[in-house]
Amino acid sequence: MPTHKTLAATGNAVVAEAMRQCKPDVMAAYPITPQTTIVEEFAAFVAKGKTHCEYVTVESEHSAMSACIGAAAAGARVMTATSSQGLALMWEELHIASGMRLPIVMANANRALSAPINIHCDHSDIMGARDTGWVTYFAETAQEAYDNTIMAVRVAEHPDVMLPAMSTLDGFITTHSIDRVSVMDDETVAAFAGEYVPKSALLDTDAPVLHGAFAGLGGPFFEFKKQQRVAMENARQVIKDVGAEYSALSGRPFDVVETWGMEDAEIAIVVLGSTAGNVRHVARDLRAKGLKAGVVKVRVWRPFPYAELAAVLKGLKAVAVLDRAESFGAEGGPLFLETRGALYDLETRVPVVGYIYGLGGADVKLELIERVYQDLSDIAAGSAAPAGLVYLGAREEA
Amino acid sequence: MKWDISDIGSWTYKDFPAGAVIPEAGNSNDYITGGWRSERPWRDDSKCTQCLLCWIVCPDTSINVADEKVTTFDLDHCKGCGICAQVCPVDAIDMVPEGCDLPEVK
Repeated sequence: MPTHKTLAATGNAVVAEAMRQCKPDVMAAYPITPQTTIVEEFAAFVAKGKTHCEYVTVESEHSAMSACIGAAAAGARVMTATSSQGLALMWEELHIASGMRLPIVMANANRALSAPINIHCDHSDIMGARDTGWVTYFAETAQEAYDNTIMAVRVAEHPDVMLPAMSTLDGFITTHSIDRVSVMDDETVAAFAGEYVPKSALLDTDAPVLHGAFAGLGGPFFEFKKQQRVAMENARQVIKDVGAEYSALSGRPFDVVETWGMEDAEIAIVVLGSTAGNVRHVARDLRAKGLKAGVVKVRVWRPFPYAELAAVLKGLKAVAVLDRAESFGAEGGPLFLETRGALYDLETRVPVVGYIYGLGGADVKLELIERVYQDLSDIAAGSAAPAGLVYLGAREEA
Repeated sequence: MKWDISDIGSWTYKDFPAGAVIPEAGNSNDYITGGWRSERPWRDDSKCTQCLLCWIVCPDTSINVADEKVTTFDLDHCKGCGICAQVCPVDAIDMVPEGCDLPEVK
């Protein structure tokens, strides 16, 4: 029976705690705002003997992921954390970790990418990692960040998956704000995470293997990518099964798409991360005024829950997608494109409007969300959708 | 444990080891790179002092040594880079064109 303790803690602190409880063998990490307190807290655990983890202080994030890959290939349970420029710096190795099928678990503090330099929340860093073959969770709250991190370990290491996984949380908003978080006892979490049984460990000298092979022209590179696709597809059910098992322990619900008010919603906003809280707050107010507003939060970004999203948005009169990242040159942001794709095969077309918001930590005022619901309401009543992509709240011509 | 790849030509994506892990140690030894050469090393045993410097520097582990003495070159794997000939302190190694008749070629 798990015991639960309620803490007042930041998202970063509970991510570090979740990692400690999952007993990693190696952490190779480099600090970067706003992830720094994850690795600092974890380093303190190491220094105080609260974990037996080998902590490698590397000279950059590229080295961090490189060391993580080496350690994971050796057979260790490996974790790390990064953000923004750090995630970008390890970009080549994100593909490598996934291609080598190493179940590394990484926390990402979602932060804007330069230029110009900005250390605050947006999702551009994680969107750059979209196609790298990492299972990716988005937390709305510190609680979800704690829960997602623990679940990520089981999903990554599952024999039908064996892919690296990211547990992301919004920079400063979730990483640094003190929130009410319920954590479980060490024994329960350790038992849930279980023992990592590596498939082909370099340190298993009885069964020597080679990691990092070359698969050149005429070789099976294409087939190895097919393996990764299959693994990521397998992750869909594994994520749900692990989620159900975790929910039974934690008492907290989990789903890849989490909804509010969608039972009879006519309009809805689709969103990732902490802004779901703002949206829900506004939706509640609008419901009280008779507007049938719903909220659709995507909690697992990769594999993208297109079937679940289509099921939830089917039949709606209008949907807005809020993207906290750009995809310059595309019709809208990444979440907008994936949502539209998910709805493409529906018999009845659902109007979907794209909004870019909150880049570089731009304040997500409730009035902005109200404006979005107002736009949706107008579209539902027959007005035309706003022409083109809307930069919500940016200083533009009136 | 020999990794059986005799029917690799008919493997589907499911048959390849996950993550392109090769489940056998040192199987690069089976891959013949000797055909890449355009020059090969030729050692004059009468000049050789058995210092083993050539063996130390060979990047392809292609200098065969037995009882601490250089014997032959591993022509299955020697790529003809010529580092052994460069490094030999007594010029006991010459690089000669691949395909020539040995030892008459000078």
